[in-house]
Amino acid sequence: MTTALLEARDLSIHKGLRQLLKDVTLCIEPGDLWQLAGGNGIGKTSLLRSFARLASIEVYGDLSRCDDVLYIGHSAALKGAMTPRQNLKYHPSGLCTPTDTEIDEALAAVGLAGYENALTARLSAGQKRRVALARLFLPSGRLWLLDEPFTALDVAGVAVLEQRFQAHAQAGGAVVFTSHQSAELGGLLSVLDLEQFRGD
Amino acid sequence: MTEARDIDILHYCRSQTVRHLILILRSPSEMINPLVFFLLVIVLFPLGLGPDPKQLSILAPGILWVVALLSNLMICMRLFVDDLEDGSLEQLAMARVPLSVAVLPQLTASWLASGLLLSLVSPLFGLMLGLPLDVAPVLVASLLMGTAIMLLLGAVGAALTVGVQRGGILLALLILPLYVPVLIAGTRSLNEALHGGDPTVALALLGAGVTGGLLLAPLAIAAGVRVSLQL
Repeated sequence: MTTALLEARDLSIHKGLRQLLKDVTLCIEPGDLWQLAGGNGIGKTSLLRSFARLASIEVYGDLSRCDDVLYIGHSAALKGAMTPRQNLKYHPSGLCTPTDTEIDEALAAVGLAGYENALTARLSAGQKRRVALARLFLPSGRLWLLDEPFTALDVAGVAVLEQRFQAHAQAGGAVVFTSHQSAELGGLLSVLDLEQFRGD
Repeated sequence: MTEARDIDILHYCRSQTVRHLILILRSPSEMINPLVFFLLVIVLFPLGLGPDPKQLSILAPGILWVVALLSNLMICMRLFVDDLEDGSLEQLAMARVPLSVAVLPQLTASWLASGLLLSLVSPLFGLMLGLPLDVAPVLVASLLMGTAIMLLLGAVGAALTVGVQRGGILLALLILPLYVPVLIAGTRSLNEALHGGDPTVALALLGAGVTGGLLLAPLAIAAGVRVSLQL
């Protein structure tokens, strides 16, 4: 076995009777940054969810990956009735058990210092997104699967995230994300255009 | 620093139980509503049946248990709905703890806020229906175990139907037949106590139900959640 964090061979993804994607072959190694690109409805989210093993029934083919995965989907598992601090501390994925200082540092890193004890429901859409993304600043898994991480973020927020991606890749992790915008990731980025895998 | 730390299952369960207790305390109506429903029905029965304490005390075991069952159903209908919508359920499936263990903290929190609370105040409701106070220990014990079984069974149905639009009726159809043995054993224990018999057989059946439910239901709930996440 290689050291790949994720290896997919001839993966095909079906939604109902329709084949979305076929023959997806991809090997993700430590230090990789992959952007899944393609038009609306082509299957970016479905592919990402199949990588996360959240859609096992309609995925065929070989998929092996490490266990150390962090997945952030469209809906970020935030509870409006809890504070950002509680949302991170009691996160249902339980990937890490962060200390209070780590949480405060992570929230400060995404520009939410001072909002630690506000109700999450009162935050703006972009701020909620930042709370979700603060998980990336906690000890948080080697392979990141992120669905549209840049939505609702302002320019500064996007820059912070791009820096975080690069730091993560340099530390031996890997990131797979879907996005419509092109990211500035200093030559580290590979783009996987899903158009070539379009199903029948 | 990017490596996730190993998680200890006990620690995970504790932190998730705290999470759900915080959520319940932040919206106490979800906890209070089934209790208020219980109280309302208990208040209405004497009005409908007439205030004769003798007649009421004959019907009391059945009334108390049917109302406990229905308020349990109300709780089960809400069980995974919010978590599916806001993505918590899929994050739960991503936890590096078996999903069958990961669903338990939520059930524990729900039971503490509903079953436990209901059982503890039930002697009061029993008094309102003319149930003698010396039956109270059996009433509390049977409800403690009965609500736990019903929550476990209901959670199986809730996990299966959470992805279905307006799955409430479907849920009721699925799990009400499974509630019937619990209802029979529960009322049986009360009737025995009321008429000077031995309630231990019925209580032992309920205890066996809790044990079996705790062993098997989490597996079924986990399978149901996985199915619901595909939809």
